[in-house]
Amino acid sequence: MKILAVCSTGLGSSFMTHLNIDKALKTLGVSGVEVDHADLGSVSADSADAVFVGRDIAEAAQGLGDVVVLDSLIDQNEIQTKVAATLERHGIEVPS
Amino acid sequence: MNGVLSVLLDIFRQPSIIVALISLIGLTIQRKSGSDVFKGTVRTLVGFLVLAAGAGVVSNSLAPFGEMFQHAFHVQGVVPNNEAIVGQVLVQYGSAAALIFFFGMIVNVALAATTQYKYIYLSGHVAFYMAAMIAVIFGVAGFTTWQVILWGSIAQGLVMTVSPAIVQPFMRKVTGTDDVALGHTGGAGIALSGLVATLTRSKTKPSKSTEDIKFPSGLGFLRDTTVIVALSMAVIYIIVALFAGPEFIQGKLSDGQNFVLFAIMQAATFSAGVFIILAGVRVVLAEIVPAFKGISERLVKNAKPALDVPITFTFAPNAVLIGFLSSFVGGIVGMVVMAVSGTAIIIPGIVAHFMTGAASGVIGNGAGGRRGAVLGAFTNGLAITFLPLLLLPVLGDVGLSNSTFSDADFGVVGLVLGHISSGGGQVAVIIALVVALLVVYGSSLVLRNRAKRREELERVDADDSREAETSAAR
Repeated sequence: MKILAVCSTGLGSSFMTHLNIDKALKTLGVSGVEVDHADLGSVSADSADAVFVGRDIAEAAQGLGDVVVLDSLIDQNEIQTKVAATLERHGIEVPS
Repeated sequence: MNGVLSVLLDIFRQPSIIVALISLIGLTIQRKSGSDVFKGTVRTLVGFLVLAAGAGVVSNSLAPFGEMFQHAFHVQGVVPNNEAIVGQVLVQYGSAAALIFFFGMIVNVALAATTQYKYIYLSGHVAFYMAAMIAVIFGVAGFTTWQVILWGSIAQGLVMTVSPAIVQPFMRKVTGTDDVALGHTGGAGIALSGLVATLTRSKTKPSKSTEDIKFPSGLGFLRDTTVIVALSMAVIYIIVALFAGPEFIQGKLSDGQNFVLFAIMQAATFSAGVFIILAGVRVVLAEIVPAFKGISERLVKNAKPALDVPITFTFAPNAVLIGFLSSFVGGIVGMVVMAVSGTAIIIPGIVAHFMTGAASGVIGNGAGGRRGAVLGAFTNGLAITFLPLLLLPVLGDVGLSNSTFSDADFGVVGLVLGHISSGGGQVAVIIALVVALLVVYGSSLVLRNRAKRREELERVDADDSREAETSAAR
């Protein structure tokens, strides 16, 4: 399973989202999920199993497969809830 | 012995090796496994070389642009684009820049740990660009290598701490919390936008929020950096090519290739170069930033991460577009003024207007609604057009290339450091840094006392009400 955080340049906010997803996975106690970040231009639908983006680029990220839209990039609770939901969607069990 | 020394010197003159060593330290501190440390170190080394290769592509496409512009308008035309200029700068100043970047982080953590300014600057890419500019400015001033690195690191740490601090009063209004700050080299322009929005705010009838407007969709392609850089540069290259004329271009530059096609291909090449540089920067930072984040969280109590501008975008998506457009209009107005007055011409850099203009729009909206978003972002647009013009002479030979640093902080920091160092030499720089440190610690003390007094007042209030309760009960 691979999760990709995406923003327009693939430098700042996607990197932070990437680190926050890592943190969420650790809190959830899930291992073996690959996380990375990239810019919008170099991502295609088969780049990852799920793509996390901010609300502002939701429209531009359509067509990238399983796109998860974050209302806020700084709300760790939201990220954790959405990561857990994504994992379950892809058949990975989340120990609770 | 001399042989060993010269090999060591050779190694330390290689910026790619310096950067790889920094990430080696970063990975070791994170207690990564041996294979991860090895992998990350080699990736960083290669990433830096990718970055340097991108710089070659960018400067190859900018050289004919400069000649075309010169031939058409008889003045220098400059495209402000951070990636383009940093790529070129790092070829010569890379080692100093990498060390300033590294020690600047340490100064940032130290300042955050000892003052009320708890901001940890996590936007590694722009911090890296800032380090590159500082390396150039002190290098141009004629400082020796160790002076460049020592004073540069302190200056860098100060910028990383102060830039988020000046935006924070406005940032709080946008996010509704004090836990997150904005860390971007557009900081000065974005804070200016907040100030303008606050000052122009009508007291009797405050302007409504931008988010009450319904916007047509379909401008989504604006979010893709590669596309907007290629498109905007194509427009600019074609306009300049039309003015320069087919004879000049086909005779001197394109080797007979049609001049419009040549212009389009150069613009696309420019975007390709930026793409490569971004890929290199991404690889270089991937190993260093997590270490920095981990250390700062452990050492600084109540650390507030200062993050890249797009974190503000989700709070007001409409203000993003309004801010970008207003800032861009500001850039065009500035360009026209320059054309009339016959100085070098700063062409509006789309990426800078998009990133900092959009954030200015969001911050302006938070402080003063629609009117604030428009006026604040417009002011930012003017600032990031005139500041780069003033910055050119400070950058020495680098100022003569056809690209320059784009955001407001580069302008402000560059002008201050540049004029101090060229005017008063090292002594003046040391005095300025000491004064800056005193101001930071002094204002921090005032803030700390104020916070303490507020706490005491609250405690007294609480005691009073408790006393009132007990006496009422009696």
